[in-house]
Amino acid sequence: MSTALTIAGLTLKELSRRRVVLAALVLTAIILGLAAWGFASLPRASCGRNPCSEVQIRSAASILLIMMMFMISFVIALGAAFLAAPAIAGDIESGVALSILPRPIRRRDVLLGKWLALAGVITLYTLVVGGILMAIVSLATGYQPPAPLLAVAYVAAEGVMLLTLALLGSTRLGPMACGIMAVVLFGVAWMMGVAGAVGMIFQNQAITNIGVIASLILPTDGLWRAAAYHLSPTFLLATAAQVGVSGNPFIVAAPPTPAYHVWAAVWLVAVLALAAYSFERRDL
Amino acid sequence: MRCSTLPTASSNSPAPHVAGSTTVNAPLPQPEGGAAGAAIRTLDLVKQYGSITALAGLTMTVGRGEVFGFLGPNGAGKTTAVKLLVGLTRPTAGQAWLLDVPIGDRVTRRRIGYLPELFRYQDWLTAREVLALHCALADIPAAERPREIEHTLETVGLAARGGDRVGTFSKGMQQRLGLGVALLGRPEVVFLDEPTSALDPVGRRDVREIVRGLKARGATVFLNSHLLSEVELVCDRVAIVDKGRVVALGSLHEVIGGAQAVRVRLTGLNGAGHAALHSYGDVRHEGDWVTVTGLDADAVPDLVADLVRAGVQIHAVEPRHDSLEDRFLQLLTRPDDAAVEDTS
Repeated sequence: MSTALTIAGLTLKELSRRRVVLAALVLTAIILGLAAWGFASLPRASCGRNPCSEVQIRSAASILLIMMMFMISFVIALGAAFLAAPAIAGDIESGVALSILPRPIRRRDVLLGKWLALAGVITLYTLVVGGILMAIVSLATGYQPPAPLLAVAYVAAEGVMLLTLALLGSTRLGPMACGIMAVVLFGVAWMMGVAGAVGMIFQNQAITNIGVIASLILPTDGLWRAAAYHLSPTFLLATAAQVGVSGNPFIVAAPPTPAYHVWAAVWLVAVLALAAYSFERRDL
Repeated sequence: MRCSTLPTASSNSPAPHVAGSTTVNAPLPQPEGGAAGAAIRTLDLVKQYGSITALAGLTMTVGRGEVFGFLGPNGAGKTTAVKLLVGLTRPTAGQAWLLDVPIGDRVTRRRIGYLPELFRYQDWLTAREVLALHCALADIPAAERPREIEHTLETVGLAARGGDRVGTFSKGMQQRLGLGVALLGRPEVVFLDEPTSALDPVGRRDVREIVRGLKARGATVFLNSHLLSEVELVCDRVAIVDKGRVVALGSLHEVIGGAQAVRVRLTGLNGAGHAALHSYGDVRHEGDWVTVTGLDADAVPDLVADLVRAGVQIHAVEPRHDSLEDRFLQLLTRPDDAAVEDTS
């Protein structure tokens, strides 16, 4: 375990020295600044000739917040993929791994150390950015989603899932190939999730099954839907049901089942274990 | 301890097939040289990458305290052999032991140091931080680390640059740092894969001094190199590898001493003279000088007599020993089916 902590510390130092953290913080500050500006101007918006009602402002705020969180979840997923893709592959490609791995250490501890550091960074970043965004919306419009903390936690979990998958790829693929693979799979899972939702609207079992299978193979979209559920207030769900747009990837009416949570946890542990096994077996 | 009495013959079977012949847990064949055992032992070690055979049945023994030169042309399998020994890769077949423990054992790796051929250290860390990281990974007690780091920086000539980032280092300085990393924790076996490739003459001399220092404290040094002059200066024994197997192994004297060479300055070389030269050994022309290698020392007067008889004018005759380079070239230019030589 001490090896894992040493490597975790080293990974954090690398992120800091390579100015990854600084770049992320600057860009995030710009995004949050723009969000604050937008949400602050929402109460002054006019609906037709009259000022918007409180209900209308809350509805707009809830939809915008979901869209913002989706954008953040996308950024976090991309960030996770591109942080994890070179984590192992980069060290192998550069030759750094050749000096570290002959030490009396287990490769799985090296992998675990990298995972701990990157998962920690992704989680902390999501909590901070999600928290600030929720605070901005609340202060600017008075609107609070049903379960903001849970929603942020699901977005963080989504990032950690993709991070773990990219780490598995990183034990076998080059950094660029691995990053591309993770992002493509993330996009495919999201698209198939949308297809599944469409299947539900049109009551087409085959298309619905595609969504279910995708959410099992890569649970990122399933976790986004969990986050979206906790961001969807009842008045928004009611409106969506009235106009027939329920089942879309942004307004989600039902939380994931307990079985899905168990599956997501099993998936995470299994992929991490597979990454460790793959790294242990890798010839350098 | 010298292990020239150990069974060190190398197989020259065309397609080594040793999987299943013995198991890793089988009792070790005990060396004859004493109770201390060997630093490194390999038995028919094979490594294949897909259809490419990197090692084709490597068998050798390196005694403890030896400075062992592992020589071969590019692509001979030298780096693959080291990677197998330090646990970076797994053998396809065969067995090997490091300090009498089967390779791949994590705890034994606490007792080794390794400078990879393609060395690269985190360029965003300082030299001191790189050494501190390796101290932590090598499980060196925390209390000893500061002294160990400063001593190592001093040894490899980086004391003044310890606080600088590796990214600002020249290639030679990075190689010195790599050497320092390999020396941390007083390892019993140090693997140096082309340790002087990026160094200037001063750096090379420093490496020789470091290797001699390691030998003086009883460590084993496994020096992987194609710089034969370096090997000649520091190694007790050498193995010459080609196409993944050992083609000669023994002390420097044994590997080089078997054959001699003679340089003859001559003019008027005719067909009969050519034939005479070639009947004594390998012939190399350099202007008026002709070097004949691989002939017996006693045969030099006969060679001169045959040349004179052929009408060739002899101006000078310089008998001499082969250099390691001569021997190396001689071994590597032999036909593929040539017998493998064990000179120990």
